[in-house]
Amino acid sequence: MTTEKLELFEVFVRPKRGLDHKHVGSLHAEGKEQALEYARDVYTRRTEGISIWVVKSQDISASQEDDNECFFDPSDDKPYRHATYYPLPKEITTM
Amino acid sequence: MTQSIEEKVDTKQDLINYVVRLGDDSIVLGHRISEWVSEGPFLEEDIALGNVALDYIGRARMLYGYAATLTGDGKTEDDFAFLRDEREFENYLINELPRGDFAYTITRQLLVDLYNKYYLQALTQSADPTLAAIAQKAVKETTYHCRRSVSWTLRLGDGTAHSKQRMQLAIDDIWGYSHELFESDALEQRLIDTGIAVDCAALKQFWLADVEAVFEEAGLNIPQQDWAVRGGRKGYHSEHLGHLLTQMQFVYRSFPGASW
Repeated sequence: MTTEKLELFEVFVRPKRGLDHKHVGSLHAEGKEQALEYARDVYTRRTEGISIWVVKSQDISASQEDDNECFFDPSDDKPYRHATYYPLPKEITTM
Repeated sequence: MTQSIEEKVDTKQDLINYVVRLGDDSIVLGHRISEWVSEGPFLEEDIALGNVALDYIGRARMLYGYAATLTGDGKTEDDFAFLRDEREFENYLINELPRGDFAYTITRQLLVDLYNKYYLQALTQSADPTLAAIAQKAVKETTYHCRRSVSWTLRLGDGTAHSKQRMQLAIDDIWGYSHELFESDALEQRLIDTGIAVDCAALKQFWLADVEAVFEEAGLNIPQQDWAVRGGRKGYHSEHLGHLLTQMQFVYRSFPGASW
């Protein structure tokens, strides 16, 4: 049997309560049920998570490398968008 | 007075034997499933099978470890796993059947996993607290194993004509080994009477109902021609166990006491 007829899924695991789901990798499976089972086997055996999401890879819309200039570069010269741009008043000691 | 002491010793020996044979079931099947590692149909399933094998081997370790504690003569879990011969193993025969093709493996897992679901559930109620605790841990794994084997049975039985045929062939081959799963010998009967062992005969109706439901949905059939092979609990085995033990015990016996 080959993986040709299987679908590709992206796996997201939430390691513990309060944390976000984090992308951990991908896998092949026949459907979402099986993808969840394999995700458990492939990605959670050592560091147990508390929740798993699987998403068909084809359902993810991704930005392209070519778009990087128009997507991300404009932020570079706008340091005032970062909190660190602003000097803290002396009265504030814990931040 | 003397008699009651003897009686106590016997009960303890019964318990040891019972724990060891449950360990035998687990390690033999665990080893069989481990034969898929690196040979699985695709990477994800390969890893999944490896995990299931480890679950069974871990179960065997708990049981052998408990037996070693009960024996109290310096034996370890390794003595039970690696230094006993074929006739001393008392696993049910279904566990030692060859790995076979994927359909064969899935069919055996379906029958054994569904059996374990009820068996372990009952064992959590054992009068022996350690056995009950081991069962409590194992039953969670088995819930997952059942998900896998049921969904694979449906997928293959209700898949192509070829996959259906392979599943049916496997069922026809294995079915005769399922009967002894529901038979207790005198030793188990004594432990059933004291609330320690599971009365497996009582589980059959539930197990059968589950199997029939899965088979019906998958378009598979329980064989019409019925036959039964027995002997596992007496140490009478098929020709397959000796070969399995040779492979499993070789390293340990070549380098006794080696650790890594």
